[in-house]
Amino acid sequence: MAHPITPKSSSPVGESKPRIDAREKVTGAALYADDIQFGNKLLYARIKRSPYPHALIKKIDVSRALALPGVKAVVTGQDFPGFIGLYLKDRHIFCRERVRYVGDPVAGVAAINPETAEKAVNLIDVEYEVLEPVFDPEFGASPQAPVLHPELGQYIVASFILPRPGSNISNHFKIRKGDVSSAWQKCSKVIERKYRIPHIQHVPIEPHVAIAKVEESGEATLWDSSQSPFAQRDLIAETLGIPQSKMRVIAPLVGGGFGGKAGVSMESLAVAIASKVRGYPVKLLLTREEEFFTAFVRQGLVATFKMGCDVDGKLLAMQNTFFWDGGAYTEYGVNITRAAGYSCTGPYEVPNVHTDSYCVYTNHPVGGPMRGFGMPEMHSGLEQCIDELAHEIGMDAVEFRRRNCLKGGSILPTGGRMHPTGLSECLEKAAEAIDWGRKAQPSAPNKRRGKGLALMWKAPAMPGNAGSSAWIELAEDGTLTLGVGCQDIGQGAFTVAAQMAAAAFGVPYESVRVATPVDTRYSPYEWQTVASRITWSTGNAIIAAAQDARRQVLNLVARAWGETTDDLDIVNGMVVSFKSEREIPVKDFAVAGLPKPDGNGWMGGPIIGRGNFIPADVTGLDPETGQGEHAVVHFTTGAQAIELEVDLDTGRIEILKGVAAFDVGKAINPELVKAQMEGGLIQGISSALFERLQLKDGVVQNASFVDYRIATSSDLPKSVQSIIVEVPQADGPWGARGIGEHSMVPTLPAIANAIYDAIGIRFEGPPFTAEKIYLAMLDAGIVK
Amino acid sequence: MAFHEISLTVNGSLEQVRVPSNLTLMRLLRESLALTGTKNGCSAGECGACTVLLNGEPVNSCMVLAVECDGAEVITVEGLASDGQLNPVQAAMMQAGGVQCGFCTPGMLISARALLDRNPDPGEDEISEALVGNLCRCTGYIRILESIKEAAKLQATRA
Ligand code: FES
Ligand code: FES
Repeated sequence: MAHPITPKSSSPVGESKPRIDAREKVTGAALYADDIQFGNKLLYARIKRSPYPHALIKKIDVSRALALPGVKAVVTGQDFPGFIGLYLKDRHIFCRERVRYVGDPVAGVAAINPETAEKAVNLIDVEYEVLEPVFDPEFGASPQAPVLHPELGQYIVASFILPRPGSNISNHFKIRKGDVSSAWQKCSKVIERKYRIPHIQHVPIEPHVAIAKVEESGEATLWDSSQSPFAQRDLIAETLGIPQSKMRVIAPLVGGGFGGKAGVSMESLAVAIASKVRGYPVKLLLTREEEFFTAFVRQGLVATFKMGCDVDGKLLAMQNTFFWDGGAYTEYGVNITRAAGYSCTGPYEVPNVHTDSYCVYTNHPVGGPMRGFGMPEMHSGLEQCIDELAHEIGMDAVEFRRRNCLKGGSILPTGGRMHPTGLSECLEKAAEAIDWGRKAQPSAPNKRRGKGLALMWKAPAMPGNAGSSAWIELAEDGTLTLGVGCQDIGQGAFTVAAQMAAAAFGVPYESVRVATPVDTRYSPYEWQTVASRITWSTGNAIIAAAQDARRQVLNLVARAWGETTDDLDIVNGMVVSFKSEREIPVKDFAVAGLPKPDGNGWMGGPIIGRGNFIPADVTGLDPETGQGEHAVVHFTTGAQAIELEVDLDTGRIEILKGVAAFDVGKAINPELVKAQMEGGLIQGISSALFERLQLKDGVVQNASFVDYRIATSSDLPKSVQSIIVEVPQADGPWGARGIGEHSMVPTLPAIANAIYDAIGIRFEGPPFTAEKIYLAMLDAGIVK
Repeated sequence: MAFHEISLTVNGSLEQVRVPSNLTLMRLLRESLALTGTKNGCSAGECGACTVLLNGEPVNSCMVLAVECDGAEVITVEGLASDGQLNPVQAAMMQAGGVQCGFCTPGMLISARALLDRNPDPGEDEISEALVGNLCRCTGYIRILESIKEAAKLQATRA
């Protein structure tokens, strides 16, 4: 006889439980990396950075810096020969022969206070030989461009990344499906468009910070704001020649990540410097200015889309070319290029596809993962093209999407089949919520009103074997401690993890605590908190750990009571028998065990459950055609719709309404899911209306909050609606899949489509600032 | 560097400290007094994460020198709750789900407290106006604004 894991009525899964960390966060007790107190021995690090986008280092003289009282160490690239990188080991911790972007670290200082460290940095003399830079990815990919990484062919690279040594192309991902060239003739309309998506920055409110200490013995500890403590342990240890077991990463709460604190960026600098002043903790805190151009930025993209459909609006072919501005190092960015490649059609079934996605080295800041991992950039152009193609054949844009969007069983651009998906439902619900097809009157005579909609899909982009693990331990007071290696970066991972552990084991949500901070010495392994994979992947590991602990508990009680485990369950922290109707609180034996039935001695012992998870069936793709059975684990899909007004006097856009509908499989915590949808929508609006890193000759011109504007409390739509669709994921915990990133993917094209609806103008790229809109309206003769 | 002896009241307790001329109130709080609830998001007066009440007024503590605070009264996020009872702005922020990563939260709470001290029943525009200097990258502000409306109600019922 089988029993459900817990009776439905008391399951904390599917309920909007309060955040597990809310109280500590509203009282100021929550600890972030920069809050840890290290006492008087703490040293402060500052970095000497390249002022040139591309140059050879001829000479570094650190003698004046070393002579400054209060300076404890000065290091340069000569001290650290190793390479570092996630998918492609293409960078040194400190530059050795060559600098490749303005801000590239060439030396580091540790001193007794930040002022002295800064002074010492200014006393380091570096001689450069300036080289010709590359700022445009299309040019960078051409044979005329100077080669920025002549060593590309020697770099260690993941098997699924395909660099072109001798060029600036660090990954070339291709899709060759069907026959595009013969398909064009069958199309009744074909359009071709080009878009430029600028670099933007994550702008977490907490800047990057890392404190490192290396003991006399060589054991290293790193405290930092991190989405990836385990990846950092692995990569930093390897590069510095420390065994992974001697490298410990302690990662307290993260004050916003959005991808920028994934992988390794500035953290390795702190550990490297600390290794030269053993016994001292060394803190490196990025200034807000540094945050804008020396932490990861979102890659720029130049994209061309060619697409055609038949008279009924059926998409027949797409030919897409993506030139990604990967920046100086593409150790992480190469996989963004790949993700955009295998997702290149957007969430549509297209029989003939020809795609080239190039990751190109330039002398711009280092591109890296950012919320959406290439999808917001790619969908920005794609979803505008879909609208235009629909208009060209005289079909409503929602109807066009209805006909072409992926359904369960549709053939994917990589050749496999789509799993069950609620995309069509998301489309209908978003269209309905925005009152699609009905044009409302502008609120004033000097305004034009418009509506726009866009779809999206996104898969977790990660190695096929990215693993998660979890443990569960019970205490004398009946609480369950859950060990996980994932991070709460604001999305609510710890809350959802606790809910899943409670439901899977059989205790109330309030009885679960999460063992924090994540500490690679004690926490179970997690690949990285990225890719919207945590609820799904860590969730599966948590279920496995809970089931392991349950098995131990039930076996023990079954023996003690002379019953079978089939008749037992754990409900609200009590083991209950459906047969004998006996019950016993788990806390009574979770640590101390139970007496043997004959009274002679004890059995059981402290209960500890363990579980892990690894994706089972991701297959590789053919390097020439991009075809393969199972390119990724799954896709989350969704839609957003926007209603806005354009002010004819100023060009200013006011977003009136934003609607989001996403298929999350199962909302473990519906309010947290909606909070992700809201936060992503506003971040998407911000990226569409305001954000762009202004790069001039490789220098970021707007590296401050004043010059790089992000959405504030005064930029909100009057109305926001978030709709949860639940078509379960077969291998998801309770059917769940991720939502963290997806919520900002379709926002920009939905806004662009709404602007077109309002004023009939399209733009090559964002941001859609008032000035840009106004000038375009002048050009078009809409205003005089 | 010149040093100064100053005394100030922080969250109700009198502190006597020796501070260098260039030390900001933010660093005094975070480093000398280990009151790390006040956050450093930019050190440039642009993000609001370091907002505290200085003699009842919200200020960016990264832009105030410690020496200017001689004799002042400072309230930080750690001083909002009293006797374990959360301030209405804190309780409402929890309830309305205005917290994600939490890094902007202390500054938001202080700005919200200052607003409700000025006007216990603010309108929507007044609320968003009062928070314009407090940046949040996670929440999209929606639930934060909601929480302040709730806080006003909660405060009225408690009074
Ligand atoms: S830290 Fe003071 S305003 Fe940003
Ligand atoms: S909650 Fe993260 S910045 Fe506001």
